[in-house]
Amino acid sequence: MNLLSIQSIRTFYGPVQVHHDVTLEVRPRQIVSLLGGNASGKSTLMKTVLGIVKPRQGRVMFDGADITGRPTAAIIRRGIASVPESRRLFQGLTVRENLLLGAYSRQDTQAIAEDLDRILTLFPRLSQRLRQRAGVLSGGEQQMVAMGRALMSRPKLICMDEPTMGLSPLFVDQVLSLIQTINAEGVAVLMVEQNASLALRIAHHAYVLQSGRIVLQATGAAMAADPRIQDAYLGRTETAA
Amino acid sequence: MLSALTPWIDYTVNGLVIGNIYALLAVGLALIFGVADLINFAVGSVFSFGAYIGWVCAAYLKLPLPVTILVVILASALLGIVIERFGTRPLQGRSRIAALLVTIGIGLIIDQLLQIIFSPDPRALPSGLPDRRFTIAPGATIGTLDLLIAGVGSASGLALWLFLSRSRIGWAIRATAQDSEAARQVGIFTDRMNMLVFALASSLGGVGGLLIGMYYNNIDPSMSFNATLKGIVAAMVGGLGSLPGAIIGGLVLGLTESYGIGIFGASYRDLFAFVILLLVLVFRPQGMFQRAGRAPEPLTGTFIAWSRPLRLPRPVQAAILLVVLVLPLAGQPYVTQIGINALIYGLAAMSLTLVAGTVGQVSLGHAALLAIGGYASALFAANLGWPVALTIPLGGVVAAALGTVLIYPAFRMSGHYVSIASMAIAEIVALVILNWTGLTGGSMGLSGIPPLAIGPIDLSDARSTYYICLGLVIVMALLQARLLRSHLGRSLRAVRDDAIAAKSFGLSPSRYKMIAFLFGGFGAGLAGAISAHLFSYIDSNTFGLDLSILVLTIVILGGLGNIAGALLGAVLLVALPELFREVAQYRELVYGLALILLIRFRPQGLLGTA
Repeated sequence: MNLLSIQSIRTFYGPVQVHHDVTLEVRPRQIVSLLGGNASGKSTLMKTVLGIVKPRQGRVMFDGADITGRPTAAIIRRGIASVPESRRLFQGLTVRENLLLGAYSRQDTQAIAEDLDRILTLFPRLSQRLRQRAGVLSGGEQQMVAMGRALMSRPKLICMDEPTMGLSPLFVDQVLSLIQTINAEGVAVLMVEQNASLALRIAHHAYVLQSGRIVLQATGAAMAADPRIQDAYLGRTETAA
Repeated sequence: MLSALTPWIDYTVNGLVIGNIYALLAVGLALIFGVADLINFAVGSVFSFGAYIGWVCAAYLKLPLPVTILVVILASALLGIVIERFGTRPLQGRSRIAALLVTIGIGLIIDQLLQIIFSPDPRALPSGLPDRRFTIAPGATIGTLDLLIAGVGSASGLALWLFLSRSRIGWAIRATAQDSEAARQVGIFTDRMNMLVFALASSLGGVGGLLIGMYYNNIDPSMSFNATLKGIVAAMVGGLGSLPGAIIGGLVLGLTESYGIGIFGASYRDLFAFVILLLVLVFRPQGMFQRAGRAPEPLTGTFIAWSRPLRLPRPVQAAILLVVLVLPLAGQPYVTQIGINALIYGLAAMSLTLVAGTVGQVSLGHAALLAIGGYASALFAANLGWPVALTIPLGGVVAAALGTVLIYPAFRMSGHYVSIASMAIAEIVALVILNWTGLTGGSMGLSGIPPLAIGPIDLSDARSTYYICLGLVIVMALLQARLLRSHLGRSLRAVRDDAIAAKSFGLSPSRYKMIAFLFGGFGAGLAGAISAHLFSYIDSNTFGLDLSILVLTIVILGGLGNIAGALLGAVLLVALPELFREVAQYRELVYGLALILLIRFRPQGLLGTA
């Protein structure tokens, strides 16, 4: 059974149609990458899953339930976590407060404390930063807090919007391997990435979105080998990515 | 030596006590501003509400003080929840000035309801505390009530700080304030946080009202206005959205007022608040205690709902003109009188619709322009003996010039700040009028203002007055329509729609705002001048904030920027309530409701924005 299934979504910004019958699936424990150029509708699709944007037609099913048009907070409570674009940490709150707010929907205090410890072993750099304001951290550290914050809700699926954007190459590799670690623990990942070569390195499955339509889908490896993808998103015409 | 200091110790104690109340108000405003990006103008009405609930408990039901405080907290919190749920929540995603105007409407309604239920007369609100005074220095004492207020102030400050910094819900509130979309993405229901914050802020305000009522042993519904202003000043001084800033701002304001009264006397009391406010707005809009880099987001975006202005068909226009022309001939004198009123308000509304609609400067101080025009014309005519036919246009000129000079520092502000600055300027104008006794008669007002006349021809009868007003309205309307159609009119709208884009095309926003204020000031000044000669008596209250709000409501009703809309709005809001006598006594209620419903359901007004 699919964990997340987006079924023939049509989304509009005012009179402008963003998605034309987009259908996409994420299975449990899968990393799914969503590729596409600027204004292809990638981020909007993510926002539709999270209930920030409501589709005019179509359904979003998660874990057997219809979550189409539900309030964002309610969707999060069903087991989806979000690592938003440009991270959007609560800058004035401490790292510890940010992480614990990730578990805001949970009541099991004991288990929350354990999860915090677990996340600090996953991101050891954050241990010394717990009492600092999130806003003073470096970009890479902020990305870790954002991922930790998402994990704190014990999600079944994490939506990541451009998780490597603006990071130094050193951190990019780290973030990718962290995504794989998280995934190995059983969390499915849906990620939007502009940098296709990075995304395809870890994705089990990938979709290409163009002007609001899915034009291609394949396993990560098949996609990476596809000449059309190499032309459009990898190799020579890097600028198009 | 010590005895010379004694009064200063008293001023300090008094300043800190009042400052504590201001701090309660300012903290509530800061909380709401944090999560909802909104300056809550209903804060003063919640304050009065708290005072009256307190009166019911303490004076009427004779409940003990702790119970009274508890009931006030709960009742005010409930009121806050109602305001959030039905007032501001439906406006999410709209320009924040829309929500601000709605809180003004809510305030009007609460105030009027309090007046209806409890009568406008002042009431005593005894604290029931034993009146013990403790000597803190030779000759200087501090009373039980002082201690209670200081205690409640510091205790709520401490409790709030603990709540926000230690509890998960507190973190969730702060998270919502910093980034509500991200907050929803960690599973926080931000609507509930908004509601909680309105409840918290309102309970602080309500308790503030209870305490000040006990402090002066006197409450009345008109205390709302002052409380709103002082709370806003304190919050702005501290830096909007900053809680420690709000507390410090409250204490600074309380002390400044108290020392100021000690030095200059009580009639200058409110002047300090507004002068401080203006200085902060102009020089440190981020507040006195925040670094420049962390200024709150400027609340940009004007309140304009896009629409196509309705055009009335020619026959309808002709019919309206005919009715308007023959009204005084056919109707009774009472109807003519109402017509005069509507025309004067129409004149004022046309001038505001240019400023607030066409150029997007939502002024809450328009009444000051009428006041300047009225006083100028009255003084020229009464003191210098100049003919009224000359002094009225002169009043318009003075209002245009002086008004533009006064508002000039606000030209670089946007959104909320323009509204608050214009309100502060208007209050300063009123206070100068009140205190410049030599020129304006001060609190005695100006009486014996010569009636309308041209040379020896007396025109003070209702019919002539009506036609004079009608003539002025028609002339000003044609001029304004001509202005809007011109290249200049397009530039004015460009400045409103996108000041930065306009700038990059070489338009100077300040210059166009100035042109609008000059033209609008002239029209408003004319309206004020005519009123002065019509009433034959004016004082510093004739043109107050209630007038500014009414004219703004008229303008929104008609459609911002729409000339015909301004006139229609004046007829509907000024003339209609007069025709139905029983409605007239609930006027504020009608205005408040009109404001709320319009902004919610028909922000483009009846005739559409232009």
